[in-house]
Amino acid sequence: MSVSELALRFPVLAVILGHYNYWIVIVLMMTGFYVVISRDNLIKKIIGLNIFQTSVFLFYISLGKVDGGTAPILADGFEVYSNPLTSVLILTAIVVGIATTAVGLSLVVRIHEAYGTLEADDIDQLDEEP
Amino acid sequence: MNHLIVPRVMAKIMIPFILLYAFYVQFHGDYSPGGGFQAGVIFAAAVILYTLIFRVAEAERAVRPSAVRVIGALGLLLYAGVGVVTLFKGGAYLEYGVLKHDPVHGQHLGILLVELGVGVCVAAIMISIFYAFVDFLRAQ
Amino acid sequence: MTTLVTVLLLAMLAGTAITIARVRGVFVAVMLTGIYSLLSASWMLVLDAPDVAFTEAAVGAGVATVLMLSALALTTNQERRPDRPTILPLVVVVLTGSVLVYGTLDLPSIGDPLAPAQQHVVPRYLHESPHEIHIPNVVTSVLASYRGYDTLGETTVIFTAGLGVIMILGGAQQVLSWQRSRRREDEEGAIELDDYTAAPLPEPRDPIRPEHGWDARGEAAASGGEGAGDDEGAAPEEDA
Repeated sequence: MSVSELALRFPVLAVILGHYNYWIVIVLMMTGFYVVISRDNLIKKIIGLNIFQTSVFLFYISLGKVDGGTAPILADGFEVYSNPLTSVLILTAIVVGIATTAVGLSLVVRIHEAYGTLEADDIDQLDEEP
Repeated sequence: MNHLIVPRVMAKIMIPFILLYAFYVQFHGDYSPGGGFQAGVIFAAAVILYTLIFRVAEAERAVRPSAVRVIGALGLLLYAGVGVVTLFKGGAYLEYGVLKHDPVHGQHLGILLVELGVGVCVAAIMISIFYAFVDFLRAQ
Repeated sequence: MTTLVTVLLLAMLAGTAITIARVRGVFVAVMLTGIYSLLSASWMLVLDAPDVAFTEAAVGAGVATVLMLSALALTTNQERRPDRPTILPLVVVVLTGSVLVYGTLDLPSIGDPLAPAQQHVVPRYLHESPHEIHIPNVVTSVLASYRGYDTLGETTVIFTAGLGVIMILGGAQQVLSWQRSRRREDEEGAIELDDYTAAPLPEPRDPIRPEHGWDARGEAAASGGEGAGDDEGAAPEEDA
């Protein structure tokens, strides 16, 4: 039995095959989220934000995929193309993401220079002292 | 023997090809995956590689930070300037069709100039960001 | 075959992300982020988006890793073990994840040609672009021509971010001399107004090839210095 016949017989399998991309993206998203909220080190928080950001890009690209399609570059012999609009949006988002990461890292550098530490709890404590 | 001799030789061989590849990606963005952003980042990666393998002072002598900042601004100005030129020629802002006698040729020219502006700006900004980090480390 | 590649890629991607969450050294986490970017670029290629894969590989595995390592070169390599238990973040994350999974059940199946994302504007771009613009790469024509305003705004964002980094990190020489003059004021109790013409700054050391090695910096960087110094090929040797 091929995969599509199995999917017709068992609807649960059809749902899984049609949505596993989204679920993997959610796992990655939640991992990035966990790193941001549970780690104290500022550079690790930025790394967590990066993981989250990249998983959102993967989500958008999965939305644009078309079965049996090819990359959106017109050529002879190909009729079905995948979505070019999602590629354009994510192209923009990737470069903006690296720009904001750079600004975040430069702020981390200055915070370290001012406080001497990179742990968020220590910085809070130093701030509360008169 | 200096243990960095192998990376130095390899970098001297590879960096010109990386720069050439950046130009290829920039100008073939119409026919294959590519365009301004990718080309800018690859160009910046070549300069960053040069800085990592050779000394920062040498890299800053080859690619001056002040010049790079100005070039970044010029890239953005090129993009916005194309829009202003189309305004003067009677079209809307960034309506490339009025740039030439034929709308399709106008689109080609417009896309070429705009992607060039984007590529130049992205390359220059990535290089300046890297230089800002490295100069800060140097001053410590 | 494609299914096998997809399953392998996804497994490696999830494994890398979970390892980044669990590992304690920041240097290891930065390297794993580079690998994560490369794997996600490969998956984007499988999903028919070569432009995006190109950019993600160049930006994520290239520039982002270098910038994070430069930021890491200032600080310790280990993160401190968290004092508070991590049950609450885990619960929050699991709850949010389950709500999101419940939400995705309404989304169309992957690859459905009748999905709303493939209607309205996209067929117009795919049909009209060869007539109006005449270039094969539809992504470039949409990016530069149909959505030219967005690209202009985005280039401005990149330029502004670069300006922001230069303003935050640039002028380091002046700030350091100002700080030194402030410290002198605290010690002596008198007000000194000279700032920019203070004592000469120490010889700027090349952070990538320092003459004296990382240990000369002293203080907390001694333990993390080796971890941060190795990645940039630092060696305290001069060649003629």
